[in-house]
Amino acid sequence: MNRVFFLLLVREARLMFRRPGELVNPLVFFAIVICLFPLAVGPETQLLRTLSPGLVWVAALLAVLLSLDGLFRSDFEDGSLEQWVVSPHPLGVLVLAKVLAHWLFSGLPLVLLSPVLALMLGLPADRIPVLLASLLLGTPILSLLGAVGAALTVGLKRGGILLTLLILPLYIPVLILGSGVLQAALQGLPTAGYLLWMGSMLTLAITLTPLAIAAGIKISVGE
Amino acid sequence: MNWTWFHRLGSPKWFYGISGRWLPLLIAATVLLVCAGLVWGLAIAPADYQQGNSFRIMYIHVPASFLAQSIYISMAICGVVGLVWKMKIADVALQQSAPIGAWMAFVSLLTGAIWGKPTWGAYWVWDARLTAMLILLFLYFGVIALGQAISNRDSAARACAVLAVVGVINIPIIKYSVEWWNTLHQPASFTLTEKPAMPASMWVPLLLMVLGFYCFYTVVLLMRMRLEILRRESRTSWVRAEVTRLTGRKK
Amino acid sequence: MTDVFLQTRGLTCERDWRVLFSELDLQLRRGQMLQVSGPNGSGKTSLLRLLAGLMQPTEGEILYQGTPLGRQRHELARHSLWIGHAAGIKGLLTPEENLAWLTALQYGASTDAIAQALEAVGLKGFEDVPCHTLSAGQQRRVGLARLHLPQAPALWILDEPFTALDKKAVAQLEGHLAAHCERGGMVIFTTHHELQQRPANFFELELGQQSA
Repeated sequence: MNRVFFLLLVREARLMFRRPGELVNPLVFFAIVICLFPLAVGPETQLLRTLSPGLVWVAALLAVLLSLDGLFRSDFEDGSLEQWVVSPHPLGVLVLAKVLAHWLFSGLPLVLLSPVLALMLGLPADRIPVLLASLLLGTPILSLLGAVGAALTVGLKRGGILLTLLILPLYIPVLILGSGVLQAALQGLPTAGYLLWMGSMLTLAITLTPLAIAAGIKISVGE
Repeated sequence: MNWTWFHRLGSPKWFYGISGRWLPLLIAATVLLVCAGLVWGLAIAPADYQQGNSFRIMYIHVPASFLAQSIYISMAICGVVGLVWKMKIADVALQQSAPIGAWMAFVSLLTGAIWGKPTWGAYWVWDARLTAMLILLFLYFGVIALGQAISNRDSAARACAVLAVVGVINIPIIKYSVEWWNTLHQPASFTLTEKPAMPASMWVPLLLMVLGFYCFYTVVLLMRMRLEILRRESRTSWVRAEVTRLTGRKK
Repeated sequence: MTDVFLQTRGLTCERDWRVLFSELDLQLRRGQMLQVSGPNGSGKTSLLRLLAGLMQPTEGEILYQGTPLGRQRHELARHSLWIGHAAGIKGLLTPEENLAWLTALQYGASTDAIAQALEAVGLKGFEDVPCHTLSAGQQRRVGLARLHLPQAPALWILDEPFTALDKKAVAQLEGHLAAHCERGGMVIFTTHHELQQRPANFFELELGQQSA
């Protein structure tokens, strides 16, 4: 079972590196959305600094959501998902590997890019570790929850907007906690408690969402 | 333990029969409870010493809020039953509940906004309860939209069941995170319904209204489910006989 | 009764208010080949997907060696192979990588075995090109190469396996399927094409007649 998990990661890595453009798209989207906010609300440093936790988190959330629409689409169209469902391996393990690969290639680059954009918004440099920690804990939850929606809507012609409708309400706790951590850090308050909360939410998501994703895939494939 | 009643519940025909016998009783209970609650709450109960008469909208707002939350939970329970025991009736109940739940969430938000104007001076304040209710409304929209987007009936039912279960696990997390967010940003705001020691003359009509709303939900749900069952089972002989009996003419 | 490998009891399939087939009783023993035929929309693919465990029947049950499928899903998954309209071939991966992954999902195969299987379907020399550069027939063959691997399972469920193949490949595949049945394997498949080579235990199921 571990072997299949590993092999699926390798397969996803191969696929990703043979089409590197898809790796870049969410990053560019993330950067553009961040640039939109100063243009919309004005370049005042103090205002942007106050807003920066929320802006970074909203932009990261939208970027993850955008990349999720295609998560299972090509695997659905070329019949790969059918092969997963009929294989003797637990589907939950396979989808967990798939989501992990997705996070490694779209979530992690976002996390790595975020300090640059946060600095542009005026977040003090000494708060960057908190930003990284919150995104490192938060973006995998976004990927896992989003994969549930992606699995349920993969068989639909216009699943994209529906996916957004299904998943965004579920993202709210992550958004609140993630930007809350940063706000606490900006005000010089301790952040460990919030990060631990996010850690426990991540644990919960890793434990439960593979079951829901697997159920969603079985439904979409069985239609 | 004898489980035959449970499996009998899965038979659409049996359900149609039993629900037909329960409906008149439930309708009577709804009318009685809601009328009593409304008259008592709107006319007899004393005015609030702080809010005056505007608090009376509570008699709609609170039951609607209760119902909006309970309906989502009942949908998730139906979802589990449908997924585990593959019971068709549970699927029907889930999908027919969603629009009622969405309406209740909407009514709760609307009355909350109307109540907010005299209390807070604004129609919308980012109060924890109102925000959580808004998110709940979005969750309902998700279930309804997913159910309508999937053309295959069984797939739609199972997809909605999965979504409802995922949603119900999230609801407590959403609720607490929103409450936490609220205290972080606007400490000690005045919440609408948490009042120290409401006198009995105020809460008894509220209780009647809550019970009345639950009966109302059951009535509407049963009626919607019966219609859906007739639609689904339209090929079977008992439905043909029933439709002939109801319309009084041969098809 | 244990020699009955796969059995259906009162199998009914309903799609979007329409009954495709109802009360279907089937028995498949070792060495048998079953061709499911019938007009378009008669439920051929649905029946195969039900048997492969991709769909849930509306009514009835499927038994694997006498036990309902619910509990035996993983056993059947180990002993059956499903190739649908889309065979799970990734255009960006080479035939070799595709096969390696598809077999790893089930039992795993050595690089040599994969190379031999590709040679058997006439793809020698194409091991290292991405599949999207291959023709439709060649891509089909990549999927079918799984049937030539030494550890291939006993039951093959194939949906339209002859699509896009040229004459020679069709004849070769027919021979391969027949040989598999002679060795005690089983094949369930759909096709609109008239089979030239049939094993001794061939039978045909015509769908779309009982409802008419």
